[in-house]
Amino acid sequence: MKKLPLKSSLKSTFVWLCAGTLLVGCATGPVDNIPSAAEAGSDIAVGSAPGAGAIGGTDTFGTDQSLFDAEGMVSSAVDGVDVGRSFGSDAFFDREAIFDAGSPLSQRVFYFEYDRDTLSDQYLDTITDHGRYLATYPESLVRLEGHADERGTREYNIALAERRAQAVKRLMMLQGASYNQIITISYGEEQPAVLGQTDDAYSRNRRVELVYE
Amino acid sequence: MSDRRTRFLGPLLLALGLGFFASSAQAVLRVEITKGVGGGLPLAVVPFKVLKGEVDVDIAQIIADDLERSGKFEVLERDNLISSPDSAADVKFQNWKVLGQDYLIVGNVEQTSVLDYRVTFELLDVIKQKSMAAFQYQPRENQLRRAGHKIADAVLEAITGSQGAFDTHLVYVSVTERDSLDNRRFHLQVSDSDGGSSETIVSQRQPMMSPAWSPDGNMIAYVSFENPRRSAIYIQDRFTGRRRILASFEGVNGAPAWSPDGSQVAVTLSREGSPDLHIIDVETGRSFQLTRNPAIETEPVWAPDGETIYFTSDRAGGPQIYKIPAEGGKVERVTYEGSYNASADISPDGRLLAMVHRVGKDFRIAVMDLKNNLLDVLTSGRLDESPSFSPNGEMIIYATEQGGRGVLGAVSADGAIKLHMPLSEGEVREPAWSPNLP
Repeated sequence: MKKLPLKSSLKSTFVWLCAGTLLVGCATGPVDNIPSAAEAGSDIAVGSAPGAGAIGGTDTFGTDQSLFDAEGMVSSAVDGVDVGRSFGSDAFFDREAIFDAGSPLSQRVFYFEYDRDTLSDQYLDTITDHGRYLATYPESLVRLEGHADERGTREYNIALAERRAQAVKRLMMLQGASYNQIITISYGEEQPAVLGQTDDAYSRNRRVELVYE
Repeated sequence: MSDRRTRFLGPLLLALGLGFFASSAQAVLRVEITKGVGGGLPLAVVPFKVLKGEVDVDIAQIIADDLERSGKFEVLERDNLISSPDSAADVKFQNWKVLGQDYLIVGNVEQTSVLDYRVTFELLDVIKQKSMAAFQYQPRENQLRRAGHKIADAVLEAITGSQGAFDTHLVYVSVTERDSLDNRRFHLQVSDSDGGSSETIVSQRQPMMSPAWSPDGNMIAYVSFENPRRSAIYIQDRFTGRRRILASFEGVNGAPAWSPDGSQVAVTLSREGSPDLHIIDVETGRSFQLTRNPAIETEPVWAPDGETIYFTSDRAGGPQIYKIPAEGGKVERVTYEGSYNASADISPDGRLLAMVHRVGKDFRIAVMDLKNNLLDVLTSGRLDESPSFSPNGEMIIYATEQGGRGVLGAVSADGAIKLHMPLSEGEVREPAWSPNLP
């Protein structure tokens, strides 16, 4: 079985992820719980527990307002996650999977809380899947575009949104995607998804968009 | 007085002799005074008589508006002028005294060739019945407004002894078609300090941000997103339009700030992972990393002595202002009041720090006195940002909202005077006030 090559920087990334996202199962040893690209398609039981969030690619913001609570925060979906489980779907992704609207890989937008760069639990499966796809197809490339809502100063928001994109990049690299397959760019508040000054507009603008190149 | 005159005129004539590149303006800024102090010195400006040719700039009005905006003068309404002398010899002081005026400005303008003009003015002390200043300028056609600003600066200095900042420029980003995410356009524009004579130096569909003046006023650094894979910091010659990339790495390329001697630019890069401050030598392109911290470090600004850099960091949780020696060294926290302080600018005398300061849910402009650390909130908007000091330190220009769209605001450093400068169309953001111009 192929071991995930964990450099020390990746290890510290993992510790950070544990601290930052309440990623379950950290305590049992960080290395073995993360499926590498080779593992995930075969013998590791993975899959999303009920209520673990949007995986199907349909549960995006256009269709499901309930992802937001009254404060416009993205609801956490920790309940129902099996302790010790791994992330990502058990699907094998063929090369064309990124063109399949029904694939978990069709979810390409990940939302964040105000002034936070922490990944919400509900996206860990999907981001893991994208990372596995990149690891499986090392010639594929993605761009992660970080965004923020308009509150706060413009350059601080650029920095904040870059950190959001980097959080997604780190999780994808833990799946075996290589550094050079993923570029990050931060638009801060300069490219909102929607105009407006409501909590709803703000929550739709705090996001990372994943673009296959 | 005559010393000052020659000192003033030498570089002026040189500057006015140069033709500037001016493209047609996209939109024009207007100035609305929203809060004045009252009780300014009473002063009248007589419309300048046109002795010869065509003059389509109302120089007297530019002078009057500048002086009124300073808050130091109460300018007599034009309708209340009783006569229209154009030189000191024609002035009957007694009449102006009866009108309650302390000072009077008279002048005339003539077209000396197709593109050349001669502007003559005199500032008179009505009480003492004597001349306080009298200059002559020879502007080219596109410098007539600037002659007005120069006169306003000369008047302010002659009467109050303090340096004016009327003959300075602003750079800002304007957005047209802003209600359509598909059609909006971004424009990097330069205008006079009153919003007049605006010219567009870059125009594109992709965002631009964070314009910053070089200390000599010749170059502007800014961030552009025209490459969808990589943002870039450009430095562009304001007059020729020539530009080059100063930094374009993966991740953040942001927040350029020139060192006071113009040889270096502090920027934010995330090439090592987390956004940190780097300093790039403008000539050689060599850089070094100034901060190294897993938190955000951004929005650098140099103290006027060039020895200290103030910046924003969220290393303690929320964003606060910190400082570090420009050569590198120990980081010290500067702000403690409030949970959000960012985007600092420092006054030219190094005494005041302007910043964006959150009050409840609103973002306001505040100044902190670096001697006693007292913080003073100057504005009352919902989303005020990008404070930038005038080169004489008296005013702060910033971005604010009016009727739901972005406009420029200006506030005196003591909060006594407030102005709004809306664009005639679209919205305007991220102003930066130029240094004193040659």
